[in-house]
Amino acid sequence: MPENNIVLEKEFEKRLIQQEKIEPRDWMPEKYRNQLIRLISQHAHSEIIGMLPEGNWITRAPSLRRKIALLAKVQDEAGHGLYLYCAAETLGTTREEMFDQLHEGKAKYSSIFNYPTLTWADIGMIGWLVDGAAIINQTTMARCSYGPYSRSLLRICKEENFHKIQGMEIVGVLCSGTKEQREMAQESFNRWWWPTLMMFGPHDSNSPNSGELLKWKIKMKSNDELRQRFIDITVEQAKVFGLEIPDPNLNYNQKTGKWDTGEINWEEFYNVINGNGLCNKERLGARKNAHFGNSWVRDAATTYENKKNNLKAA
Amino acid sequence: MTAEENKNDQWELWEVFLQGKTGEAHIHAGSLRAADKEMALQNARDVYSRREKFENIWVVKSKDIIASTQKDNDSFFGTVEDKIYRHPQFYKLPDGMKNEFKK
Ligand SMILES: [Fe+2]
Ligand SMILES: [Fe+2]
Repeated sequence: MPENNIVLEKEFEKRLIQQEKIEPRDWMPEKYRNQLIRLISQHAHSEIIGMLPEGNWITRAPSLRRKIALLAKVQDEAGHGLYLYCAAETLGTTREEMFDQLHEGKAKYSSIFNYPTLTWADIGMIGWLVDGAAIINQTTMARCSYGPYSRSLLRICKEENFHKIQGMEIVGVLCSGTKEQREMAQESFNRWWWPTLMMFGPHDSNSPNSGELLKWKIKMKSNDELRQRFIDITVEQAKVFGLEIPDPNLNYNQKTGKWDTGEINWEEFYNVINGNGLCNKERLGARKNAHFGNSWVRDAATTYENKKNNLKAA
Repeated sequence: MTAEENKNDQWELWEVFLQGKTGEAHIHAGSLRAADKEMALQNARDVYSRREKFENIWVVKSKDIIASTQKDNDSFFGTVEDKIYRHPQFYKLPDGMKNEFKK
């Protein structure tokens, strides 16, 4: 590393210790920049792909009340994607580059969106569990060191609460409904519980980059800490709903005051991450269809703008 | 279709400023991409005002913003913090007039 960079990196780290935020035009280590691009673009992709499993139920929502809620939620997720793509672009990548990586299957997004939404109860579970898990991640990350990411997350967090609560309302109604409705909720819960725990990523002992990310404040809490927080909140809520956690090893640990769970099926996790989940192909296919199928709209807008500019010049 | 044919996806980047009520300052909300100013305004409305009503929205092309650089802050902002005589607390008044400072 050139002498100059060592000095700059020292100053950079001093700024982080003083709780300063880093802004796009400030000096930053290349690795910090690249880690952020990876992190923020993955997050953006997750918001956009995350619209698909829920979009699947918009036309079949059981009432108008449910339909407007779901529409508004899916719209919000599109907005979250936009905030985040813009935040990533401040680091020097382009949206086109990020889209290319997504479409070519080179970019990752949250593994949870590769599971199918088979019943209406799944829409409730996604709001309660998936958005609930995302809120825990995002509220912690909102304190991260990169200004544009932190600001996007603050904006996102304000909107997420309704996502979770509308999901909990759906689950609550099903759980206090007929026998069939209660069974539908339990069956759905059984399918979503473990994949939601996987959303927090591998155990701390298996996430090699964590140290550096924590030092640079682009990770604020470890995967296991965040997962534990989610478990402790959700186990209590499941009791209120009258749902049974699909884990025979779930046990309240008197010493720690926290809930211990059985081991997560990491083989399944890596399988889904590597493209072999139930819906990976379907999600990417739908995403590409939307992007390339609508390219004529973007072309028309660009042509129109060029034409106006040419008229002005003439 | 290949990525090559889609080059014009990179629309102009715009910064969005929102004014909550008349008389308030516009505050930076975030950015977006749009092909022209009408689309920038409409996208700003759709993306940044889904919950609240705002009085007014500004959109500005990002490339038109001139910004200071953090690494020059010391020389750029200079000794402003030393100039305490620009604040009322610098001055001394008789005891009976202390609440002048609270205004
Ligand atoms: Fe979101
Ligand atoms: Fe959400």
